Amino acid sequence: MFAFTIRRLLFAIPTLLAISFIIFAILDLAPSDPTGNLPLTISPEVRAQIRSSLGLDEPFPIRYLLWLKQFFINEPLNLIEGWTGWTLGDGERMRVTSWATRSPVVDLIIERMPQTLWVVGMSQVIAIVIAVPIGVISAYKQYSWFDQIGTFVSMVGFSIPTFFTGLVFIVLFSVHLQWFPSIYDTNHVIDSWDSFVFQIKQMIMPTMVLALATAAQLSRYMRASMLDNLQQDYVRTARAKGLTERVVVMIHVLRNSMIPVVTVIALNIPTIFGGAIITEQIFRVNGIGQLLIIGIQGADIPLVQTLTFIFAVLIVLFNLIADVLYGILDPRIRYE
Amino acid sequence: MRDTIAPLLDVAQLKTVFHTRSGAVHAVNSVSFSVAPGELVGVVGESGSGKSVTMMSLMNLLPRSAEIVGGEVLFEGRDVRAMNRAELLRLRGRDVGFVFQDPMTSLNPVFTVGRQITERLRKHMNMSKAEAKMRAAELLSLVGISDAARRLQDYPHQFSGGMRQRVVIAIALACDPKLLIADEPTTALDVTIQAQIIALVRDLRQKLDMGIVWITHDLGVVAGIADRVIVMYAGQIVEQGPVRELFARPQHPYTRALLETLPSVTGARSERLRTIEGQPPSLGGAPDRCPFAPRCAHTFGRCLTENPQRIEVGGGHDVACWWDPQTGEMRHV
Ligand SMILES: Nc1ncnc2c1ncn2[C@@H]1O[C@H](COP(=O)(O)OP(=O)(O)OP(=O)(O)O)[C@@H](O)[C@H]1O
Ligand code: SF4
Ligand SMILES: [Mg+2]
Repeated sequence: MFAFTIRRLLFAIPTLLAISFIIFAILDLAPSDPTGNLPLTISPEVRAQIRSSLGLDEPFPIRYLLWLKQFFINEPLNLIEGWTGWTLGDGERMRVTSWATRSPVVDLIIERMPQTLWVVGMSQVIAIVIAVPIGVISAYKQYSWFDQIGTFVSMVGFSIPTFFTGLVFIVLFSVHLQWFPSIYDTNHVIDSWDSFVFQIKQMIMPTMVLALATAAQLSRYMRASMLDNLQQDYVRTARAKGLTERVVVMIHVLRNSMIPVVTVIALNIPTIFGGAIITEQIFRVNGIGQLLIIGIQGADIPLVQTLTFIFAVLIVLFNLIADVLYGILDPRIRYE
Repeated sequence: MRDTIAPLLDVAQLKTVFHTRSGAVHAVNSVSFSVAPGELVGVVGESGSGKSVTMMSLMNLLPRSAEIVGGEVLFEGRDVRAMNRAELLRLRGRDVGFVFQDPMTSLNPVFTVGRQITERLRKHMNMSKAEAKMRAAELLSLVGISDAARRLQDYPHQFSGGMRQRVVIAIALACDPKLLIADEPTTALDVTIQAQIIALVRDLRQKLDMGIVWITHDLGVVAGIADRVIVMYAGQIVEQGPVRELFARPQHPYTRALLETLPSVTGARSERLRTIEGQPPSLGGAPDRCPFAPRCAHTFGRCLTENPQRIEVGGGHDVACWWDPQTGEMRHV
C-alpha cells in the first residue's frame, strides 16, 4: 500500500507537468496585456519596459520554464522560509506575481484559502452527515413514504443549480426572516462568544447551499449502494447467525456500501471547489473562488494560471486519495 | 418410530409466494414435513423445485420480494411465525445452523473469517473474545482447515470455494445447533473432503442428537446418509418416506424417473439428477391439477382437474399421486 502510494505520487509528477504546460499554453494564447489597465498617459516606452520587467519579451518556452522554476522551486522555498524562519540561499528570488496587484500570487491565495477551506470543508461534513442516514433509511425502507420524499427532494436538489438555491436562501433567510446576513463580512474578527456566533451565522448559508447540493447527490449513491448490498447473500448469512437488524444493516451492509461512496466523496471534493466559485460570488465570501473570478475579469494571467493549476493538483490528488481509500476499505483490493 | 419422538421441527401447509413483475410465483405450495431430533432428512428435487425457498421460509430468511402467506412452523412445539424478534434471533443464532447454497457469496467480503465466526459465538454463547477465538479455531480445524488459528485473520477471498464452504459449515455448527439445515453443503468440495464433512456431520448428529435437513442433487449421498427422503416437485412435496422404503418402492412417477436416471444407487458423486424430459412447471398459481401432469406417462382425467393430496402407502411412506404403481390403476381414495 505504501509503495503503491509513493509510486502513484511519482506518476502524478509527469501528469501535473503536462497539465501545467497545457494551462500555461492556453492562457498564453489569450490576448491580454498587463499594461492594458494603465492610464493612457503612460507612454509606449514605459509600457515596453514594464513588459520586459515581467519577462514577457522572452520566447514562449523560456517563459514557461521560468514559470515552472518560480512555481515549483521559488514558491515552495519561500513557503518553507515563511514557516520555519530559516533563510535558504540569499532569500531573494523571482516570484509569480499578479499583474493586477503586483503582489505575489501565492500570498494572495494563502490569504484567501482559509475561507474557502472552511466553507467547503464544513459543507462536506454536513453533506455526509445528512446524506448517509438518508441513503441508509431510503434503501432499507425502499418505496416507503420516507424513500419517496427523499427521492423527490434529492432530485430537486440535484437539478437546481447552486446560484439559484443561494438566491432563494438570501431572499428567504436574509430578506424575509432576517436570520442570517446576506453578505459575508470578510473583515470580521472572532474575539468573543458573540462574534463567534456571528461567524457561524454568516457561514451557514454558503455552507448549506454547497452541503445540500452535495447531499442530494451523495444520498442517491448511498441508497443505490445499500440496495445493492442488501440483496447480497452475505446479508442472509448474517441474519441466519441471529444478529440483530441493527448489526446486520449498520455493520455488515453499511461497511460494504461505504466503499464506493467514500470513493465518490473523495473524487467529488475538487468539484466542490468549483461549486464554491459560484457560491462565494453570491455570498461575497472572499475565498479563492472569488479570487479566480477577479483574476479572470482583470485578465490577470499569472493569477488565473496558478489557480487553475491548483485546481488540477486537487483533482489529481483526490484521485489518488480515492484509490488509496478504496484499497484500505476493500480487503480484496491489493495494489502490487 | 417417528410417532414416539416429539418432532424437533414440524412444518404444516407452508406457503411462500414471490411477488414479481410478471405476477405471483408460488415457490412453496402447502409443504408439510417434520424432522425428529437426531434424524437426517434428505431433500431432493430438480432445480427450481423450491427446496431452498422452503428452508429459508422456516426462519424467515427470505428475500424482500417473498412473502409467507400461510402455514405453521413449529420448533420444539413453539410457533416460529408467532415469535417475537428476540425469540426469533435466539432461535436463528443458537438453535438452528444454516449452510446456504452458494459458498462463494455467503461470506461478507470485508470482514475476516475469524470475525464472522466469533461474532456468532460472542452474541449467542456469551463467550469472551479469547474464548470465541479459540472455539473458532477449533471449528475451522474440525471442518478440515489446516493452520486454523492463523487463517482466522484471513479474508474470504483468500480462501478457495471449497474452503469457503467449509467456513460456512463451521459457522453453522458454531453453537452446537439442534437443527442443521444444509443446502447442498458439499457441492464445491472434492470427494475426500466431502466424505470428511459427511463423517463429521454424522458424528455430531450422534453426539448432539442434532436433526439435519440435507438438500442435495446427489441421490448417492441421500442413500448413504439419510434416514428419510423428501422429494419435491414444483414447490410441493410429491413423495416422502424412509430411505430404504422409498428407494425400494418408489411411488410417484417423478421419483421413479429420478431413480431411473441414476445408474446405481451408490454411483459416483458427480451423478447428479439428470433432467427428466419435458419442461419444468410454471409456478404461476395454486394449481387445481397435478403439476407433473404435462410430463407424466400415466395421466388420468382426474390428474387434470384435481391436485392429489399426500396419502400414506404404509411404513411412514406417502405420495401425492392418483396412480398406483402396484396395480397400474388409479388409486381409490
Ligand atoms: N428472488 C426470487 N424471485 C422470484 N422467484 C424466485 C426467487 N427465488 C426463487 N424463486 C422461484 O422459486 C422457485 C424455487 O426456487 P429454489 O431456489 O427454492 O429452488 P431449488 O429447489 O433450491 O433449486 P436449486 O436446486 O437450483 O437450488 C424457483 O422456481 C424460482 O422461480
Ligand atoms: S397425479 Fe397423475 S399426472 Fe400426477 S404424477 Fe400422478 S399420475 Fe402423473
Ligand atoms: Mg436451491
